[in-house]
Amino acid sequence: MLETALKGSKRYWILVLALFGLHGIGATAFLYQLSKGLTVTGMSRDVSWGIYIAQFTFLVGVAASAVMVVLPYYLHNVKEFGKITILGEFLAVAAVNMCLMFILVDLGKPMRMLNVILHPTPNSILFWDMVVLNGYLFLNIIIGWVVLSAERKQVEPPKWVKPLIYLSIPWAVSIHTVTAFLYAGLPGRHFWLTAIMAARFLGSAFAAGPALLILLCLIVRKVSKFDPGKEAIQKVANIVLYAMIISIFFVLLEIFTAFYSQIPGHMHGFVYTFVGLHGHGNLVPWTWAFAIMAVVATLMLLCPPLRKNETTLAISCLLVFFSLWIEKGITLVITGFIPNPLETITEYVPTLPELAITVGVWATGFLILTILYKIAVSVKEEIAS
Amino acid sequence: MERSRRSFLKILGISTLGLGTLSSVDLLAKVGKGEPVYNQTPDALVGKRWALVVDVNKLDEEATEKAIEACHQVHNVPEYEGEEEIKWIWTDKYEHVFPGQEHAYLAGEIEEKPFLVLCNHCANPPCCRVCPTKATWQRADGIVMMDQHRCIGCRYCMAGCPYGARSFNWKDPKTTYWKEHEPPNRTYPIRGKGVVEKCNLCAERLAKGQIPACVEAVKDSKAIVFGDLEDPNSEARELLHEHFAIRRKPELGTNPNVYYIV
Amino acid sequence: MYNKGLVITGIVIFVVFFTSPFLIGLVKSGPPPEPELSPKAKEARLCVEAKEFMVESHMQVLNDWRDEAVRNGKRIYVASDGKEYVVSLQNTCMDCHNNKSKFCDQCHNYAGVSPYCWECHIEPKEK
Repeated sequence: MLETALKGSKRYWILVLALFGLHGIGATAFLYQLSKGLTVTGMSRDVSWGIYIAQFTFLVGVAASAVMVVLPYYLHNVKEFGKITILGEFLAVAAVNMCLMFILVDLGKPMRMLNVILHPTPNSILFWDMVVLNGYLFLNIIIGWVVLSAERKQVEPPKWVKPLIYLSIPWAVSIHTVTAFLYAGLPGRHFWLTAIMAARFLGSAFAAGPALLILLCLIVRKVSKFDPGKEAIQKVANIVLYAMIISIFFVLLEIFTAFYSQIPGHMHGFVYTFVGLHGHGNLVPWTWAFAIMAVVATLMLLCPPLRKNETTLAISCLLVFFSLWIEKGITLVITGFIPNPLETITEYVPTLPELAITVGVWATGFLILTILYKIAVSVKEEIAS
Repeated sequence: MERSRRSFLKILGISTLGLGTLSSVDLLAKVGKGEPVYNQTPDALVGKRWALVVDVNKLDEEATEKAIEACHQVHNVPEYEGEEEIKWIWTDKYEHVFPGQEHAYLAGEIEEKPFLVLCNHCANPPCCRVCPTKATWQRADGIVMMDQHRCIGCRYCMAGCPYGARSFNWKDPKTTYWKEHEPPNRTYPIRGKGVVEKCNLCAERLAKGQIPACVEAVKDSKAIVFGDLEDPNSEARELLHEHFAIRRKPELGTNPNVYYIV
Repeated sequence: MYNKGLVITGIVIFVVFFTSPFLIGLVKSGPPPEPELSPKAKEARLCVEAKEFMVESHMQVLNDWRDEAVRNGKRIYVASDGKEYVVSLQNTCMDCHNNKSKFCDQCHNYAGVSPYCWECHIEPKEK
């Protein structure tokens, strides 16, 4: 099936080349970081995790979103999703790859990464994160590939793939539960110390991921002969809407607990992101961008004519994706470190090499996505003819 | 053609696995040979729960500077300035060391007094709980140790520490700081880039029967006392019996072992 | 076989490229390493263990020393001849072998390895 990725239009090859170029820029910046150390980033003793880990946090959610089409199709026979489960699974593969790459580029000693396997430490959530992320990656690659090749040969997929598909459903929930646990179990970081952290992760995951899936479906329909189906896209839009409402509700719950209790530790993080704290506030514009985009997107999705019109739907999905990318991929992680444990503030601004590496990882992920989608779409086009 | 290609790949896979296990069995056999013996140094200081008692009333600028300098010299801690600084022990004000305890009517000079701040070697350390490789762990004598050979630099321990006690080597000290300065202690290593470091309660000194460097630096005034809390006759226990002492953020359940007599 | 000519040519080029370091080594090889014992080491006559064992396994010994000293707090090594040594690369091994560039580096450079010990462990000053 891989050979279908080697035959494509001029547009396809230009995209592949462009993504590969961006990957190359990121790789060069990464080599620079390897030689000089993480000092080339904007991280500091106080803000010891920056956008690498923040982007990983966001992408874990996007990866888990495959379950939002897999679950309805395999457990509840929602036939409309039959055509797009493969797109969801391949998106998951690309997203998990990006997660793993972001973790790798953040390590101080990446050459020692196998220590996590050589010296397994079950009390560490990071250990379990490694387990569930890699497990989910293999699950989705195997499931996606086997089901797609069975479809190509016009036969039923082999029986052993069914239990793997069923396993992938709770496993998807586990990947961002475990990632949320990375944050929610740290006694010194009050901004993250909330029982609903995992629930918040689930909410935003099931909004951002399917939103991206809708955008990808619309693109696929435009550039190929494969049509994921208007009904499928509408159903996914409903999922995005409900997940967005729940996500916004969860953030409001947090704000209530923080400000009604008036406990400084709980309030400080929100004060910092929304209005600034002690004269420091470089995340404030980002936070408001997230808030406004999230509300506008939700209102647009709530309005049936705007939801049914695929142009306005695309705009809503872009707003959903970017607002949650800001919330989970920037403000959540950085704010956790502000103020520091001694109640002083060091702000964080990413540097150029750091941004180059980030763009490089995203480009690599999209490159993987492009190739996998090319294969899926080619197979679908093949069997349609 | 397809059938035989598939079986060819299957056989290739199985034989690779087989050859792999063969060589690893060989390796295991080699390593298992011989029984070298390792012992503890005879005059090592041995305890069950090492702790520090800091008498803040005996601390002044000079004493704290001596303590910090002693520690940073003995352990070759590079003195970077700015947000990438590395510090094992330092001073800060009451409102930062005990956040939430400060108020507008603080007694005497407490507000401006220099409090010595370092790793608390907690009895229930969150940093050890989160480390994915056991590069930091709690020893039987209570010390929270660092193994810089194993650290992968993930900095999860830095996120987990509620006291901000840990520093990271963002750049390579050998090619930056130690190019301009002489390492003050050539019997102790420096650190490479990409690993976390923090106070180790002078484990290497304890192994030679010496008290921690910061304690030694102020031993005339006894501003810091080092002792075994499980030994009811230790000086540390006596001090805690006679004076009211507080710890940093006790509500977090970390059970820190640095006590402050205020 | 499809494209027999291309495939076989490709395989040949690949094999030549892959084995080129060995082929070049056959024709022109550098001088073998000549590690030079420091005066102190020569005087001591015996390392922690026998020379052959150390040549073959000093990496393993150092790994074990690292784990025993740092992780298990055991800083005394009892050699197979009963002698006791303080477990320390910097203070025991390099105390005798205080000429890293003429000793350690000789074999390491030849074999093309750069052990990361020296990232942290301070090398003895050489004249």
